Amino acid sequence: MSDNRTAKELLSVKHLKQYFPIKGGIFGRTVNVVKAVDDISFSVNEGETVSLVGESGCGKSTTGRAILRLDEPTSGEVMFEGTNLLALSKSQMNRKRKDLQMIFQDPYASLNPRKTAVQVLEEAMEIQNIVPKKERRSRAIELLETVGLSAYQADRYPHEFSGGQRQRIGIARALSVNPKLIISDEAVSALDVSIQAQVLNLMKSLQKEFKLTYLFISHDLGVVRHISDRIIVMYLGTIVEIADKQSLFRRPQHPYTRALLSAIPTLDPDRKKERILLKGDVPSPLNPPSGCRFHTRCMYATDRCKSEAPVLREAGMGGGHQAACHYIEEIAEGALYSRRE
Amino acid sequence: MDNLTADARTTQQPGLHEAHRTRWKSFYYRLRKNKAALFGGYFLLFVILVAIIGPLLTQYDPSKIDYTAKFLKPSADHWFGTDHNGRDIFTRIIHGMRLTLSVGFVSVIIGAAFGIVLGIVSGYYGGKWDTFIMRITDVMLAFPGILLALAIVSVLGKNLFNVIIAVSIFSIPMFARVVRGSTLAVRRLEYIDAMRSLGASDRRIIFGHILPNILSPIIVQATLRIAVAILTASGLSFLGLGAQPPTPEWGAMLNDGRNYITDHPHVALFPGLSIVLVVIAFNLLGDGLRDVLDPKLKKL
Repeated sequence: MSDNRTAKELLSVKHLKQYFPIKGGIFGRTVNVVKAVDDISFSVNEGETVSLVGESGCGKSTTGRAILRLDEPTSGEVMFEGTNLLALSKSQMNRKRKDLQMIFQDPYASLNPRKTAVQVLEEAMEIQNIVPKKERRSRAIELLETVGLSAYQADRYPHEFSGGQRQRIGIARALSVNPKLIISDEAVSALDVSIQAQVLNLMKSLQKEFKLTYLFISHDLGVVRHISDRIIVMYLGTIVEIADKQSLFRRPQHPYTRALLSAIPTLDPDRKKERILLKGDVPSPLNPPSGCRFHTRCMYATDRCKSEAPVLREAGMGGGHQAACHYIEEIAEGALYSRRE
Repeated sequence: MDNLTADARTTQQPGLHEAHRTRWKSFYYRLRKNKAALFGGYFLLFVILVAIIGPLLTQYDPSKIDYTAKFLKPSADHWFGTDHNGRDIFTRIIHGMRLTLSVGFVSVIIGAAFGIVLGIVSGYYGGKWDTFIMRITDVMLAFPGILLALAIVSVLGKNLFNVIIAVSIFSIPMFARVVRGSTLAVRRLEYIDAMRSLGASDRRIIFGHILPNILSPIIVQATLRIAVAILTASGLSFLGLGAQPPTPEWGAMLNDGRNYITDHPHVALFPGLSIVLVVIAFNLLGDGLRDVLDPKLKKL
């Protein structure tokens, strides 16, 4: 694990906003916008694994796609090694893409069914012109072996592989251009638990071998706990808490994070856990609540939460642990009682 | 997919060619279960073969007029009899086969080429182009095909070449629509995102990744459209707007026979029967291909 304070900043996202317009009417006017990601800022240091967690629809995948400009963000900055990716032209960005790669969620949709494993990797190298043409095949086979497949499987089509094996090909494809940052979008969610562990451990060992930095997007807290150095918790398009792993799991500060963590099942049947049940559904990002976006479901919410949006602050927790709540101290001291009790 | 074949093959070292061969084998195997489609396929193979070598096999000239031999009943000398000008109908049908098939294939190839380009632009880029292209196709699809073809031929002038152009034009919106829908579906898949995140050009994504994966519906559509194209072309010739006499075009021959249908029904019967059989064969094959290549379309 890396030391966060001395490490170099690799990726820094500043005030990123991703609004999706909803078109309507005969002339395709914008009738409304979905604020999928609304003004988030965070940074990722070289060599670390940062996880983005949150329930579905909270904007974590959108964030990943916006960083890679798979969808063009509405506004903000994505600084990668000092360059603002959002300011690059399309061709400059395409050249830059060899430094940032993505591993996708669905191993059944992330490989072209008409390309063999080796063709997938060769094409990736061809696009970025990484390896001379003659050496591409041997390099591709080498990569397949790196991710735990064998040379004799090189000429097989995706349908001849299992889900876990396909995900390994997806990882090999991401590696083939020698990236610095890999964004993993729910990379193991579609796999069996036993295969999940294999793929996660592979990703961990690859990280050491190739000095990779991961931005790991997941809704699975168990997986996140296994792989992350730092964790960013998102709710409805905003960041509610950022902390390193130990700090977050031991002392969650934001009421939402507390509720989220209380949902992790324990293996110890004797241990009594307080389960915090949130009421209601996640509000629509079409018309997010005013003030703190969590106030509609928060058991501590006051009038201040309805009008004033909280900002991320350390509030004496130290170690870069930040939460976006007006009442971090009061909740920690137990001075604020839940209005639902 | 064909997991069985995949598992059976894990014991050996599968080469690239073998994988392709297996795909073809499994394709043929599945098609074979559909007897009607198989019949259509073989019948069309036979028709194509006859169209190529047939004219060498008959001793008659398709347009030589012989008034001493007019309206002969079908016999060993004249299998399908002779028409009002004493020409051998069997010979004329075999010569007409070339015309009919050429019109079908050429017009569908032209229509598909334009339709695929428009459909992919529409589905891949979306936005204003999509709206523009799709509204035009909507307008074109609102016309009955034969009416549109009639209008085009009456503007361009009546001959077989213009019939091909007319049929091509009214095939374009059908292809554009099918291709757009398939493109939209494939475009959303993660492997397209993967190519984009690798920095692949639009050209590479379209030709290397989208087009190969939407070929199945295109093939199905093309097979079915050939039937429509043949029917429309024959229809136009029947109305006197397509092939002009003495060209042995089936629709024109049908029109010739129309005047004698009560006294000498065989003059109209055989060209009519030929059109029906070829069109049915294309439809049977097209339906079978659709079931095999594109099971999702079955419900439509």
